[in-house]
Amino acid sequence: MIQLENVTKVYRMGKVEVRALESVDLTIDDGELVAIMGPSGSGKTTLMNILGCLDVPTSGRYLLDGTDVSRLSDNRLAKIRSRKIGFVFQSFNLVARTSAVRNVELPLVYAGVRARRNPARVALEQVGLGDRQRHLPNELSGGQQQRVAIARALINDPALLLADEPTGNLDTASSAEILKLLGALNDAGRTVVIITHEEDVSRFARRVVRMRDGRIVSDQAQRSRTEVSA
Amino acid sequence: MNLKEALRIALRGLRANRLRSALTMLGIIIGVASVILLVALGNGVQTSVNEKIQPLANLITVVPSVGNVPGGAPPKDLIDADVLALADKSLSHDIAAVIPATSGKALVEGDSFRYRANVVGSTERWLEVNNQDMAAGAFFDEAQVRSTSRVVVLGSAVASYLFGDDPGTAIGKPVRINRQTFRVVGVMQSVGEPGDGVVAMPLPTVRRYIFGGGDKVNQIIVQAAEANTVPAAENDVIRILSERHHIKDTANRDFEVQSLRSRLDTFNQILRILTLFTAAVAAISLVVGAIGVLNIMLVSVTERTREIGIRKAIGATRRAILEQFLIESLVLAGLGGLIGVLVGVGLSVLGANVAPSFGPTFATFAPAVTIPSVVLSFAISLAIGLVAGGYPANRAARLRPIDALRYQ
Repeated sequence: MIQLENVTKVYRMGKVEVRALESVDLTIDDGELVAIMGPSGSGKTTLMNILGCLDVPTSGRYLLDGTDVSRLSDNRLAKIRSRKIGFVFQSFNLVARTSAVRNVELPLVYAGVRARRNPARVALEQVGLGDRQRHLPNELSGGQQQRVAIARALINDPALLLADEPTGNLDTASSAEILKLLGALNDAGRTVVIITHEEDVSRFARRVVRMRDGRIVSDQAQRSRTEVSA
Repeated sequence: MNLKEALRIALRGLRANRLRSALTMLGIIIGVASVILLVALGNGVQTSVNEKIQPLANLITVVPSVGNVPGGAPPKDLIDADVLALADKSLSHDIAAVIPATSGKALVEGDSFRYRANVVGSTERWLEVNNQDMAAGAFFDEAQVRSTSRVVVLGSAVASYLFGDDPGTAIGKPVRINRQTFRVVGVMQSVGEPGDGVVAMPLPTVRRYIFGGGDKVNQIIVQAAEANTVPAAENDVIRILSERHHIKDTANRDFEVQSLRSRLDTFNQILRILTLFTAAVAAISLVVGAIGVLNIMLVSVTERTREIGIRKAIGATRRAILEQFLIESLVLAGLGGLIGVLVGVGLSVLGANVAPSFGPTFATFAPAVTIPSVVLSFAISLAIGLVAGGYPANRAARLRPIDALRYQ
């Protein structure tokens, strides 16, 4: 499903070279629920950008669903993001002044799908927001916004759901709801990768990958994930 | 991404900043409206002047040359025989009619006032070839010319000075010129100075009672058969008169030939250049408007950097982002252009309806909208949207999603 081979990412900040990722090898199978952990500066955000096809590695290979996406053009990457990846961000990143249902529709717009309204409604109902379709982002609570974001991430039926600190801006109760939702999606067979620095969140995953200074320092499977108490 | 969706996104973006969008559009509105209005003004002047002059465009005026040519033969006057020769169909078939006239200054006395008028003697067609109309009474007719009737037609200034502002009161009244009494048969409409200071009477009358002068005339108006045969008729006039006056060298010519046609062409040419020039000046405000659109689109892209990042993350291609911003600036400039067209056409139509009520001089300036100016200025506003939106849109499209998402 996801296969990183010897991936290195080097940023150039003026004259300084920053090695954000150093020879990372990582394989994630279909249906896994993986938490990627590490302190800030450990390279986890860079890893997520590469996994999400928002950025390409400086060297190494990245196979997503058997396709090497590490050398694709901007346009091809956009197509891959559209079809195979769903993003959930820490700050929700809904498009402002745009209703919940239209936000959920957006990926369909860019994928060129004509019938959009119904799938978007269904997706919102699945995250428990069937009655908030016409609401604007600023009329929704943080937890609700994040659920809209999850509905939007799922609308194109992506192979991979990438969540970057999905609970970072939420209170405990909302966090629990969101994690529960992600867990349920994983139970339904969806591959989910969560980037986090919260131990609570990582306990909830089946596998925890820890990073430091651009390298993977540990990769442990957890026998069973702890249930999140709501 | 389909067009409808792109339009919806663009309109939402513009609505979110109503005042800003309206002000940006105002630049385009003013530019487009002023281009249309100025071209309409120029066109209006040209149309109304041409309408006035068109009936006179086939006229050729012949006057004696002033002064002697040194060493040449003494200049000959224009005389009745010249008039007859010009009217001779066997000598020219491009000349339709010949109207002689003789004129001079004379004191015209009414009951209690006197007016120093320009007294003109001519035929009954003088009114027509001078493109004048009657305010009261009638111009003298052919019978009165043949019978050397002692009748006069007064210019409006003469009539109002001698008999008061109502032209009707002058009709039938006597006036004395050169100690002779004449009866007023008509008053002409005002055409402005100096035409209003004219007193017209039959040519034989003016010769017998006022100026004398035998068979001399000091102006011959030649009417060409058609406006486009004016040059041919002009050549005929020169040929016939040169022959009669025994002139072999053009430098020794003792008469001058002028036609309105060539002056009208010159006038039209000058007016066209002037109209284009003023329109070009107005178009400068369109350039300013374009800079406004460019500026606002740059702001819009910067403001929405994060949104661009989100859209890219969920699958928007460069092209989709480019389209979104291009359509936004096209809508901005196009809508501005459309409103500008409405304002420009509206003001022109309003001006055309209001101008005549300020008098004949203003009626000349009644604007007349031209279709090309409307089409062109609207097309320019669309082009502004495309060009001024192109650079910001391209910048937005090229943003890297990770940079755009990180933007606060």
